[in-house]
Amino acid sequence: MFLWRAFTNREPLRIYWKLYIDECLLIGIDSLTIVAITSTFIGAVTAVQTAYNLVSPLIPVYIIGLIVRDMTILELAPTVTAIVFAGKVGSNIAGQLGTMRITEQIDALEVMGINSTSFLVLPKIFAGITMYPLLVILAGFLAILGGYVAGTLGGLITPDEYIYGIRADFIEFNVTFALVKSFVFAFLITSISAFQGYYTQGGALEVGIASTKAVTNSCIALLLADYLLAELLV
Amino acid sequence: MLFDVSAVFKPGITNMIIGGSGTGKSVLLKNIVGLIVPDTGSVLFDGRDFHNGSREEKKALRQEIGMLFQSAALFDSKTVEENVRFPLDMLSTMPMDEKMDRVNFCLKRVGLENANKKMPSELSGGMKKRVGIARAIALQTKYLFCDEPNSGLDPLTSIMIDNLIHEITTEYNITTVIVSHDMNSVMEIGEHIIFMYRGAKLWEGNNETIFHSDVKELNEFIFSNKLMRRFK
Repeated sequence: MFLWRAFTNREPLRIYWKLYIDECLLIGIDSLTIVAITSTFIGAVTAVQTAYNLVSPLIPVYIIGLIVRDMTILELAPTVTAIVFAGKVGSNIAGQLGTMRITEQIDALEVMGINSTSFLVLPKIFAGITMYPLLVILAGFLAILGGYVAGTLGGLITPDEYIYGIRADFIEFNVTFALVKSFVFAFLITSISAFQGYYTQGGALEVGIASTKAVTNSCIALLLADYLLAELLV
Repeated sequence: MLFDVSAVFKPGITNMIIGGSGTGKSVLLKNIVGLIVPDTGSVLFDGRDFHNGSREEKKALRQEIGMLFQSAALFDSKTVEENVRFPLDMLSTMPMDEKMDRVNFCLKRVGLENANKKMPSELSGGMKKRVGIARAIALQTKYLFCDEPNSGLDPLTSIMIDNLIHEITTEYNITTVIVSHDMNSVMEIGEHIIFMYRGAKLWEGNNETIFHSDVKELNEFIFSNKLMRRFK
C-alpha cells in the first residue's frame, strides 16, 4: 500500500529532479568515506586471513588474489557494504521522515494537496538504486586494492602473483550477479527505512526507535534477499 | 471521535473552535482540511463537497486552503524564503520573479521582510508562526485553518499572532477557523465560537455571549483559572 501510494498519483516529474539530485548527493556522495574505509580494510583483512590459512605448499599463492576477488564480488562488496549502507543511509532516511512526521511537516504537504509519500519517498528510492550500485563497484575496486596493498606490503604475495590471481578463472556473470544484488538491496533498504520513518507516531523517542527498526529490518531483509538471489541466480 | 457536529464558518470573521484537551477540536480541524476522512457526514467549501470530490476537485480545493500548524511545520532544510515559496513552486505556474514578489509581499505582511535567508532553526517560536502564516497565505488562500497558533508563545507574542490572523482574515475576506484553548485569544478575536465537549458541539456564540452562557461544561472551561474567576 505504501509503495503503491508512492508510485501512483505522482506530482509532475519536473518536481522530482532537484529532489533526486539532492538525494543522490546525500545517499551517494556522503557515503563515499565510510564505504571506502570499510571496503579497503575488508579486502586487506581477507587477503591476510587467506594467506594465514594457506598452510599447504600444494596450493599456489596466487589463490589469495582469486579468493579476495571472488569474495569481494560475490559477497563483500554488495552485501557487507549493504549493511554499512543500511546503518548510514537507512537510519538517516527513517530519522528524517520520522522527524518530518512528528513535527507535522508531512501533514503540511498533505494539506497543500501534495502526495507526501510520492514526494518524499520516490526520490530516495531512485537515488538509492542509482547510487548504491556505483558504491558497490567502488567498494569492489577498493577491496581488491586493499587486498593487494596488504598482501604485497606484508610480504604474503608478490604483485605479479596477486594480479595473476585476480585474473584467474574469472566468471563474468559474478559481476552481473553483484549488480543485480546491489539494485535489490538498495530498493529494500530505502523502501523499508522510508516506511519505518513515514509511519512514526509519537515523539523523539519513537523517531529513534524507527531509525533502529529501519536498520535491523533492512539488514534482515537484505540477508534474506541475498540467500534467495543466490538460490535463484547461481 | 466526533458526534453530530454541524457548523457554518463565514468569511471575513475569525471562527474559533474551543474546548479542553482531548475534546475533538484538532480531530474536527483535521476532518475539515482532509487529513482525516470522516466515516459519515460531509465537509462543504462554498457548496463543494471536499471528501466526495474527484482527485482534481480536491487538488483545486486544496490550493485554496492554507494551514498554520501548532508547531508551524516549517521545512527544516529550507530557508524562510523557500518555505514561503514552496506552495507556489509546487502548485502554481508563476514565473520566478512573480513568485519572489509574492514571497516578499507575504513576508512583509507578517513583519519578516529581512528574514528571507534565515533557516527555521534560527527563528524564535513567534517568528516561526509568522512564517507559517506567510506560507499559508502565499497562494492567495480563501480558507485559513490554524491549529493552536498560540501554543508555546508568551502572552504578548500570542496577542500579536492573534491580531495578525484577524487582520489577514478581514483584509482578504478569508474564512478563518482557529482551534484554541486559550481564553485570551477567545476574548481578543473570537467573533464566532464553537465549544467542543467529548466530541460534540455543545455551544455556539461569540466572545460577548460566551460569558452569559448557562452551559455548565462551558463555564467550567472558561472559569477554570483564578484570573477568569476574578474577572467573572
